[in-house]
Amino acid sequence: MDSVIDIQDLVKTFGTTRALDGLDLQVTPGEVHGFLGPNGAGKSTTIRVLLGLLHADSGAVRLFGGDPWKQAAELHRRLAYVPGDVNLWPNLTGGEVIDLLGRLRGGIDEARRADLVERFQLDTTKKGRAYSKGNRQKVALVAALCSDVELLVLDEPTSGLDPIMESVFQECVDVFRDGGGTVLLSSHILAEVERLCDRVSIVREGRVVESGTLAQLRHLTRTSIHAELASPATGLDGLPGIHGLVAEGTRVDFEVDTDSLSDVLAKLTSIGVLTLTSQPPTLEELFLRHYGDEVVAESADVQEAAR
Amino acid sequence: MTGTATFLRTFLRRDRWMIFWFLVGTTVLYWSQAVSVDGLYTTQAEFDKAAATMRDNTAFIAMAGPPRALNTTGGQVTWQAAAFGAIVVGLMVMFLIGRHTRAEEESGREELLRAAVVARTAPMTAALLTAMIASAIVGAGVTGSLIAYGLPAAGSISLGVGLFLFGCALAAVALLAAQLTSSTRATYGLTGAVIGVAYGLRAIGDVSGGGLSWVSPIGWYQSMHAFSGERWWPAVFLVVMAGLSGVAAYAVFDRRDYGAGVLATRPGPDRAPASLRTSLGLAWRLQRPSIVGWTLGVFLGGIGYGSIGDDVNSVMGDSQYSHDIFGAAGPNLVDSFYAVAVLMLVLIASGFTVSSALRPRAEEDAGRVESLLATALPRRRWFLDHLAVTLTGTLLVMLAAGLGIGVGYALVTGDGGAVGRLTGATFAQLPGVLVLGGLARLLTGFVPRWAIAAWLAVAFCVVVLLFGEVLRFPQWVVNVSPFSHLASVPADTMAWGPFVAVAALAVAISTAGVIGFGRRDIR
Repeated sequence: MDSVIDIQDLVKTFGTTRALDGLDLQVTPGEVHGFLGPNGAGKSTTIRVLLGLLHADSGAVRLFGGDPWKQAAELHRRLAYVPGDVNLWPNLTGGEVIDLLGRLRGGIDEARRADLVERFQLDTTKKGRAYSKGNRQKVALVAALCSDVELLVLDEPTSGLDPIMESVFQECVDVFRDGGGTVLLSSHILAEVERLCDRVSIVREGRVVESGTLAQLRHLTRTSIHAELASPATGLDGLPGIHGLVAEGTRVDFEVDTDSLSDVLAKLTSIGVLTLTSQPPTLEELFLRHYGDEVVAESADVQEAAR
Repeated sequence: MTGTATFLRTFLRRDRWMIFWFLVGTTVLYWSQAVSVDGLYTTQAEFDKAAATMRDNTAFIAMAGPPRALNTTGGQVTWQAAAFGAIVVGLMVMFLIGRHTRAEEESGREELLRAAVVARTAPMTAALLTAMIASAIVGAGVTGSLIAYGLPAAGSISLGVGLFLFGCALAAVALLAAQLTSSTRATYGLTGAVIGVAYGLRAIGDVSGGGLSWVSPIGWYQSMHAFSGERWWPAVFLVVMAGLSGVAAYAVFDRRDYGAGVLATRPGPDRAPASLRTSLGLAWRLQRPSIVGWTLGVFLGGIGYGSIGDDVNSVMGDSQYSHDIFGAAGPNLVDSFYAVAVLMLVLIASGFTVSSALRPRAEEDAGRVESLLATALPRRRWFLDHLAVTLTGTLLVMLAAGLGIGVGYALVTGDGGAVGRLTGATFAQLPGVLVLGGLARLLTGFVPRWAIAAWLAVAFCVVVLLFGEVLRFPQWVVNVSPFSHLASVPADTMAWGPFVAVAALAVAISTAGVIGFGRRDIR
């Protein structure tokens, strides 16, 4: 199946800054794709190129198989966008903005509009200048979700929402995906990405450094194991793939490369296992691995302590 | 009062340039009247004649104030500058108060500050003091410059002190407005309305001779009679107004919650009207208030110019400056005067055109374009829709300018045909205005960061008009202004060749701007 978004070797510079430095990104139909990275990594720049707001310096960018720069308006009929920083016109009400954006996109679903306004508890009669950041974001979300589109491009859409609204948002994304829609979700809220996304791309300094399903990515990292054994552990530290081993009598704590997991488990079983907890790697650990390797160890320690 | 001093220092530091420019602007407003009056009339007889004409001109009185000692430089300065100086200082303190009180509260920044170890009232007290200090600086600037120019000290001090007290009174009013309303915009609206009503009441009072000037703070300022037998007791009214408004502001502040106002905010419509279906509808909706404001403003300004009627001769005197700017006196002086007046009004009207042509850039800067262009709206279409609104607005504003000056003239002289003639004269300058708008568009298309420089072009054209002849600018400098190529109707006869040529230039640079905008990155 053709990709909804297909970006290859995208380069975009601003003066001397190389904002995007050979970025690749593929999003296939029907998936929710997490676009992860800290501020300044190039997420928003990528999205702006994808929307035809910025002109790519080099590289190939296809949106629904078309050219987002030349065919911007026609391609935009098929997508809805929520910017990271929602700026509303100070003297237009939220309801007016929702209607305006919906009409410009080609029409809105009245029933869905009413339902979304209700679920997001949005007061649509307030003027733009009177909304808080979270409420401005709700206006943009309702405007985006009440149109009939194939693709949602969401740039950190929940940064101003409270946890209840965040879960409403997650339900909406689920419904959209169940209807066959595709989502590009830029975020640095890892829990949200873990909860929603089928595949994830991690951006760093203008490139995608890791891309795949969560399962595939987890493969690249370690599982933590806490076990109580039948007798004091011996010979564990000699095994390949084991890190940070702490053995106190019969209790062991360590991390193991996912590839070596079955060898290590075989060894434990041979000693005799009384209890065992294994913790799959969190996205947080994945993420941190790519951002400051020195932070990883520290944060792992902190997590240990927290447990 | 913990923290007030710290806030005051910070505010003054943040506002130092704003206060500086208001100081310069207001001082020049007063001082330049003295310079121009002394330049215009070479003999006292001429001056007396002009003063007698002005004294009987109702429109002048409505615009400026009670005519007193108009055959003296000081009297002229007071008459021509006091009402407008008060408006400028009123606006200054309104902005100073608004931005440090309601705007901070609206943005949520003040929450951070109030959580620190400061008295609850510290920010508002500091804002009030900032506005009072700024008024004092501006008042001192006016007094100092007039004394330095050589006008009597008593009158100069009266003008400066009155201005300072007026600033304090309006600062307290703005502070009260900031407590009553819950948005910065509404604070400005309410304070602006107070200034407008004050100006209107004294206009009616001065013309009718009734007592209405005595309920207007601008009227109190003018009734201090600078340079015409100063009296100081009307200043007490200003002090009392400042005190009462200030006390009321603190009382309301004490009784309201953080972030709230007293006047309820009106909810807007839940659904967009049919007119807001397209980007053209949006552009119109966004620019409508500005179009209405400018249309009214230039219409009133036009009436002001027009109501001089045929008295041009005596008002303008016989000085070299008059000769330079209006050409030789004689039967054509009236036409020459109106040619210059029309051009002046057109240049003022071009302020609308440039600000409107810069609107797309302002929208982009505010981050409101992304969402629009991520819909099925082509970007050139969006830009062209704003262009259409700018063009329509320009035509309306120009029409208002022409009608204003024509109606004003017709009312005074009874010559109804002047309405059509002077409106036509106004439209003879249209291509020049369109070039200025086109320049703003060209900059927006290619060097958006410098788009604001289009205002320099407006300023340049004004300078060429006012000083080009007097200071004998080289011809090529004069020729840079598009208006230099257009026929100066009614002094000249209409010339269609240059009209079409300048209009073609406007179309060319606008088109280039549209193409440039279609090709560049959106911020």
